[in-house]
Amino acid sequence: MTGPVPSHRPEPGPTARTVPPAASLAVRARGLRKTYDDKPVVDGIDLEVQSGECFGLLGPNGAGKTTTLRMLLGMTVPEAGELSVLGHGVPAEARRLRSRIGVVPQMDNLDPDFTVVENLLTYASYFGLSGEAVASRVEDLIAFAALESKRKARIDALSGGMKRRLTLARALVNDPRLIVLDEPTTGLDPQARQLIWGRLRGLVREGRTLILTTHYMEEAERLCSRVAIMDRGRILATGEPRELIAEHIEPHVLEVHGDDLDAWLAGAAASRAARIERVGETAFCYVDDERPLVEDLCRCEHLRFLHRPANLEDVFLKLTGRELRD
Amino acid sequence: MAGAGGSVPAAPASSPAPSRARRWLAVWGRNFRVWRKLVGPALLGNIGEPLLYLFGLGYGLGVFVGRVQGLDYITFLASGIVCASAMNTASFEGMYSAYTRMAVQHTWIGMLTTPLSTADVVVGEALWAATKSLFSAAAILLVAAALGVVHGWAALWVLPLAFLVGLCFGAMALVVTAVAGNYDFFLYYFTLLLTPMVLLSGVFFPLEQMPRAVQLGAELLPLSHAVALVRPLMTGGSLHGVALHLIVLVAYTGAGLVLATRLVDRRLMS
Repeated sequence: MTGPVPSHRPEPGPTARTVPPAASLAVRARGLRKTYDDKPVVDGIDLEVQSGECFGLLGPNGAGKTTTLRMLLGMTVPEAGELSVLGHGVPAEARRLRSRIGVVPQMDNLDPDFTVVENLLTYASYFGLSGEAVASRVEDLIAFAALESKRKARIDALSGGMKRRLTLARALVNDPRLIVLDEPTTGLDPQARQLIWGRLRGLVREGRTLILTTHYMEEAERLCSRVAIMDRGRILATGEPRELIAEHIEPHVLEVHGDDLDAWLAGAAASRAARIERVGETAFCYVDDERPLVEDLCRCEHLRFLHRPANLEDVFLKLTGRELRD
Repeated sequence: MAGAGGSVPAAPASSPAPSRARRWLAVWGRNFRVWRKLVGPALLGNIGEPLLYLFGLGYGLGVFVGRVQGLDYITFLASGIVCASAMNTASFEGMYSAYTRMAVQHTWIGMLTTPLSTADVVVGEALWAATKSLFSAAAILLVAAALGVVHGWAALWVLPLAFLVGLCFGAMALVVTAVAGNYDFFLYYFTLLLTPMVLLSGVFFPLEQMPRAVQLGAELLPLSHAVALVRPLMTGGSLHGVALHLIVLVAYTGAGLVLATRLVDRRLMS
C-alpha cells in the first residue's frame, strides 16, 4: 500500500439540517453515545432518516457504524441520548420494533443445517408467522431472491451472492417498513452486486426505508439518497452525495505519477491546483478548471495521469484522512 | 435475471409480537427440526452409550456386586443410569450444540434481530435440552422394562422428572456456554463438576457407606435429588422428601436460567 502519510484531522462537518415533521421520520436520534473500555465508539451522534429514503452510513473500519446500527435495533443500549425508530422508543419498545424491521447482518448467519425454504420458514417462525400464508410468501421471496432452482439446496451449496440474496429475502419475511443492512455487498463479485443493487432499488420504490452501511463509495453514490460520513464515533457530514461532493471537493481530480513528479508539483501544479495531496508515488490534484493542467501534463512525457470527476470517495478521504485503519 | 421479480407482496397479517410461549416454541422448534435431520448419530450418543453402561456394568459388575439395597445390581443401576443420562444429554446439548449455535453459526444473533429476546433464546434452548433428556430417559426406561428390572407403572413418573432434570442441567450448561471462549472450556465443567457429581449422587453405588461429610455434600448436588426420586419410582420403593427434592431441582433450574440469560445478554447484547 501507500507509505506513511501525514494525517490531517478533519473538521467536524455540519450535521444540523432543517427538521422535517416527525411523522415522516423513520429514525430520529439525538446525542447517542456508547463507550467500550473507556473508548467512545459512538460519541454523541444525531441522526435523522426520512421514511422511504435509502440512507447510507459511511466510515472506515472502527468508525462506529455497526454499533450505531445495533443501537437502532435495540441490541446495544446507548449510555446517553434519545432514540426513536418507526415511532417506537428504543430500547424500551425494542421487541415491537424488531417485529417491524428487517435486518441483513454483516456476518452470514443462515442456518447451515436447513435448506433455502427451511431457512425462510424457520426465520418466519421467530416472528410468530406460520401456516399457509407464510408458505406462499416464502415462494414469493424465493422468486425475489432468484433462487427458484435452489429451494431444496443446503446453504453450503450456495454461492456467496446466493447467500446474500437469501439473507436479504429472509429480512423481508415479516414485510418490514424499515430494512437495516450492514455491508450488504461486501465480498460479492460485480454481477452479484448488480443484482443486489437492483433488488434494493426495488424495495425503495415500494416505499420501504433502507439504512445501510458500506465502505464502497460508488455503492453509496448509486443507491443512497442521503449519506452520513462517520469517523471515530462522530458524524462528520450528512447530505445528498452530489451535494457533499460539491460542498467539500473541487469538481475535477488529476491523479499524477511518474519520474518528474516532484518538479512538476513544485512548478505548474503549485500555481494551478486548488489542493494537492501526495500519497506515496501519486499526487491527487483537485482543481476547478482542469484544462490548463491537462494541457501541461500532455507535454510532460515522464508523467502519467488520469483525469476524472470528483466523487464521494474524495469527500470521504478528505474528511476521514488517508491513513490506514486496521 | 436482474430485472425480474422486483416487488414483494405484503406479508400475512400478524400480531405485532408473538406470545412468550410462541417465542419459546420457535427456538425449540428450530432445534427440533435440525435434530430430526440428524437423528441417527444423535440417538446413538444419547441412548446407545447409557445402554452400554447398563448392560456392561449391570451384568458384568453385577455378578461380583450381588444385591444392593435389597435389589439386583442391574435393577439398582438402571434408575441411576436414567438420571445420569438425562444429565449428560442436556449438558452436551446446552454446551457443545448451543455453543455452536451461539459462537460458530451465529444462530442466536440472528434470532435476536427478530422479536425474540435473550431470555426467549435461553428458555427455548433449555426446553430443547430437556426434551432430549426426555427422549433418552424414555428409551432407557423402555429397555429396562423389557429386561424386567422396572417395577410397576409408577415408573412413568420418571418421564416428567427426566424432563425437569434436563431443564436443570440444560440451564446450568447454558451458563457455562455463555462464558466459554472455546469448546475445550467445557472439559473443566465436565471433569470438575459433572463427573464427581455422577460418582457422588448414588448413580453407581449407594452413598450410605461414604463418610458423613461426603453424604452431606451430596445433598447439595441436584443429581442426587433426581436419583432419590427416580430410584424408588422405578424399583417400587417408597418415596421420601418429594417436595425437598423437587425444590432443589427447580431452584437450580431457575438460578441457571436467570444467570444464563444475564450472561448471554452481556455477551451478545452490549
